[in-house]
Order: sequence, then structure tokens, then C-alpha cells
Amino acid sequence: MSAHFPGLVVVIPLVSAFLVLIGSLLDRRLAFPLAALALLGSLLTAIGLLIHVMHVGLVEYHLAGWAPPVGIAYRVDHLNALVLVAVSSVAFINLLGTRPLVANLFEDRLGPFYTLYVLLVAGLLGIVVTGDAFNLYVLLEIAALTGYALVGMGEGRAPLSSLNYIFMGTVGASFYLLGVGYLYLVTGTLNMADLAVRLPAVYPSKVVVSAFVICLAGLCLKMGFFPLHAWLPNAYSHAPDPVSSLVAPLMTKVMVYVMIRIMLFVFTPAFAFDLMNISEPMVWLAVAAIVSGSFLALSTKRLKRMLTYIIVAEVGYMVGGFWLGNRLGISGAILHIINDAVMTFCVFLAAAALISRTGSDRIDDMQGLFKKMPVTMAVFVIAGLSIIGVPPTCGFFSKWYLISGALAAGQYGFVGALLLSSLINLVLFFRIFEVAYFEPFDAHHGDPSSGHGRVLSEVQEAPLEMLAPLVVTAALLFALGIYAGDIVSLIIDHAIPVGIL
Amino acid sequence: MESLLTNFLAKYNYWVYIGLVMIGMYAMIAKRNLVKKIVGMNIVQTAVILFYVSIGAKKGKMLPIIAHGHGDSGHQAVHAIDYINPLPHVLMLTAIVVSVATLGVALALAIKIYRRYGTLEENEIAQRINEQ
Repeated sequence: MSAHFPGLVVVIPLVSAFLVLIGSLLDRRLAFPLAALALLGSLLTAIGLLIHVMHVGLVEYHLAGWAPPVGIAYRVDHLNALVLVAVSSVAFINLLGTRPLVANLFEDRLGPFYTLYVLLVAGLLGIVVTGDAFNLYVLLEIAALTGYALVGMGEGRAPLSSLNYIFMGTVGASFYLLGVGYLYLVTGTLNMADLAVRLPAVYPSKVVVSAFVICLAGLCLKMGFFPLHAWLPNAYSHAPDPVSSLVAPLMTKVMVYVMIRIMLFVFTPAFAFDLMNISEPMVWLAVAAIVSGSFLALSTKRLKRMLTYIIVAEVGYMVGGFWLGNRLGISGAILHIINDAVMTFCVFLAAAALISRTGSDRIDDMQGLFKKMPVTMAVFVIAGLSIIGVPPTCGFFSKWYLISGALAAGQYGFVGALLLSSLINLVLFFRIFEVAYFEPFDAHHGDPSSGHGRVLSEVQEAPLEMLAPLVVTAALLFALGIYAGDIVSLIIDHAIPVGIL
Repeated sequence: MESLLTNFLAKYNYWVYIGLVMIGMYAMIAKRNLVKKIVGMNIVQTAVILFYVSIGAKKGKMLPIIAHGHGDSGHQAVHAIDYINPLPHVLMLTAIVVSVATLGVALALAIKIYRRYGTLEENEIAQRINEQ
């Protein structure tokens, strides 16, 4: 049974997506339990896979029994097993936590919504698990297309933002496909492991250099890395709340994972770091991403929009950490993929709970929320502290690795950017805490005539269905922090090629 | 100059696809009408498909079907060089499906936008948003 885990982790949600649709045609209420079962299945499979990989190392699965390089192989090592668990657990917890919101927002479209949701998760898990460059493109598009549709289901400006997201996302994916085509041209193979073996012989070739540049540009566009981030804040802040708490934490992180996978395991570190000599500019771009993301977050008065700008900065953390090119920096980047997935998810889910109860996402409308929604706000505070980087929450530890890596590499600009962004995050979150805790209830608050917000006395704590996932996620933030050392020594250390010091 | 020309003629398929990508990008960046942008996006995708299809083709070679191969293919040697490479073509079947799906989603969103704002011109939409 465990031999089929790498296949099952994708096949379960993929097949279930259609079962959800068929089930919802019979009875709308079937959609949620079917989707929950599917995601629970892939979560358990992913955990089983991680344990299996920790015992025996690399697991290879040949789809339909065709051996690579002819067939498509799913390869699971420590790196993808870890990311698989993070993706499937965030997707599962979000599904449970947003049920009341979804039932409210998409009452008559439950079937399509959950079908797209499960299909999106299948795409993301597939991207992580696959060992074939072209298969990765197909799964990338599955995840992206369902993401566009989910974002576009929102009200107001959501369709317009989603359309811009489609333009950018499609160009990004087309560039990736073009890069893969160039690699195929010089090697005649699409299997990642096979590419890594055949590429060193043709390294000086201009085709490989072009493939590298085009692939990297496409992936940077997909992950919203600084100069190419323009689509991200609109798409994620105008998306419906249950969608942004799924897409915002996962999509960018999975793309960062793909960059790490392609750079380390297709192009090999010797080519990516030494031969191409672009580490320095990439780290400086990351510095620009962190600084601009942080300042843009300061400039906005809306909660969800602020969080999306924080994501722009966080992508800078991970990309910069990776391009430091040393073991500490890459460990920090991989650890931050996991930590950031959980903490941005936590903060987005808490924001979804707050917005659903107050009816407004303006920071100014958050007065008195500590009294009205104590548990949700407590979770929000913990997530905020984690994003700032206060121990023992997990955000501190990945930042610690990133800063140590930057010091070891002599990239003091990156150290400065990380510290500056921590300070700005401090201001960002304490501004919210101040409004929610100290600011007196003011008469204009929630004035129905102003068109937004509800009267404060009507605001209640979020339902238990949302609180339980929130509390679990907050506990996860502490757990990830406390066991950060073990995660690095037992899993991430094995994920990085031995040659990198 | 002559070498440039022969270079161009020898690899004209690459130049065609580069030209198409540029046309598509231009439409996506410079046009204000959302449908024109969507068409531009589709041109970029089609250009990549064309690139893949052209790298699999060989002049004067056969389709990858072994003639009279049924039953006795074990007796004859098969020379891969005599056949065009089917793999990029097969990959593009998937890519075509993807590009059709993307086009569908994009047009559906364009309809949604049109119903909401009554126009598909970007500047007019921005005006409507500011008025609200």
C-alpha cells in the first residue's frame, strides 16, 4: 500500500474532485463531506509518505509502470515530502475552517466551489510530487486555472483582478514551458533526474543559459517576486475570503518550491550558483522585494491588502535566502516555506473570521474587537508575532537561519532588509492591536449609512467551527517553532544536496 | 549579412515563434480592450505550441508509424532517424487543451466584467471603479 502513496496523494483529490461534482448534483450538502474526505485522505497519505521517506530515503513511483525517462516518474525526497505535508494540512484545515463562510457566500454554488477547491489542491500536490518537467507544467496549469476561477467567483473587482492574474500567470507558465522546451531540445529528455545527469555535458551551450533565464523569469512571475508582483495584491485581496486563505499561503510557496527544485535538482547547484553568477543580483532583488513589500503594507488601510503586501515581502525572504547559496540560507528558505505557509494561512483565516463578523476589512473598523472576539484576536496576535519573528513562534527560527546564512555569505544588505522588515511588521501589527484593544468605540463605527461595517454590539465571536481550526493552527505555529531544530536536522538537512556547504 | 540571412532562413521556425510571442506580448501590454488582451495571451500560448511542434518535425521523414510493422516488427530494424519525433507533438495536445481552457476561463471572466461595468475598455472600467 505504502508503495502507491506518491501516486495516491495526487490521485485521491483528482478523482474526488469529480465525485464531489457528481455528489453535489444529487444533493448539495454532499459536496463538503466528500471534499473533506478527499483532503483528509491526501493529508494522511502525505504524512505516511513523509514518515516513509524519513526511514528509507528517496521514493520513486512510476505511473502506469512505465520506467523513466520514458514514463512519468513521481519522485519523493525529504524536500517534497515536507512540502506535501504542509500543503495538504493547510488545505484540509482551511476547508474545515471556512465551511460556514462558504455556505454563506456560495449557497447555490457549493458543488462547483468544492470541486474547484479539491482540484486546486490536487494540482498543487501534483506540482510538488512530480519528477517530470512537462508534467509539472500541466499540474501548474491545473492549479492555476482552478485558482483563477476561484478568485473570479468573488464580488466587486474580483473578476477584473482574476483576469489580470490570468494574463500574468499564463505568460509565466508559457515561459516555463518554453524553458522546458529548450532543455528538451539539447537533452532529449523531460525527466528531472535524467536532465540533471545529461545537462552538465552541454553546460556552456547558449540554449541551456536561455532555458535557465526563461524558466527563472516564468517562475518569478508565477510566485510574485518583486518587479513581477503587480498582479498579486489585487488578486489575493479581492478574492473571496475562503479562497484567499487557501491560495495566498499555498500558491506562492509552492512556486518557490518549484524554483528550488528546478535550480538544485535540474540545473544542479554548480550551474545555478557558480556558472551563472546571478546570486548577487537575485539577493538584491529580494532586498528590494522585502523593503518595497513592507512599505506598501504600511501604506494601506485595509487588512487583507496589507497581508498580501506582507506576502510580497515574504517571497523576497525565501528567494533571497535560497540565492545566498549556502546551506544555512537554503535551510532557512525551505523552513520558511513551511512556516510561512502556516503563518500566512493562520493570519488570513483569522482575518476572514474578523471580516465575516464585522463586515468590513478596514483597519479603522476593528475597534473593540479584542472584547468582542477574544479567541480570534488572540490567534491573530500569535500569527502576527510569528510574522514579526518573536520566539518561540516559528517565524523567528526561519528568520534566524536566513540571517545567519546572509552573514555567512557576507550579504549585509539582506540582513538589513530582514531586520527592517521585522521592524515594519512590528509597526503593522501593533497598529492593528492598538485599534482593536485600546481605541474607544466611536459613534461612526459601523454606521449603516456609511455603507460598511455592522454595529459593534451585534458583533459576536466566530462560530466554533472556525475557532477550532484557528486554535489548532496557532498551536501549530508554536509546535513548528519548538521543533524547528528537529525539522532542520532530520528533514531539511537531507533535502539539500551534499555539495552545498 | 549573408550569414545572417542564411541563419534566418535555416531556422525560420524559431523566428516565427519569436515574432508571434512579441505580437502577443505587445497586444497584452499596449491594448486597452480586454478581449484584445485575451487574444494576445492566446497568441503567446499558440507561439509556444508552434515552437514545440516545429522542433519535432524533420524534412522528408515519415510519420512515426511502422509500415507493415504489424506482427513482424521484431524482424526489421527501426531507424529513429527516418521518422519525425512524435513526443513534442503529443505534449502539445495537452498544451492545446490547457490553452483552450485558459481562453474559456478568461472569456467567462470578461463576460462577468462586462455585465458589471457595461464595457470592456480598461480605462472606462477604471473610471467606473473610481466613480463608485
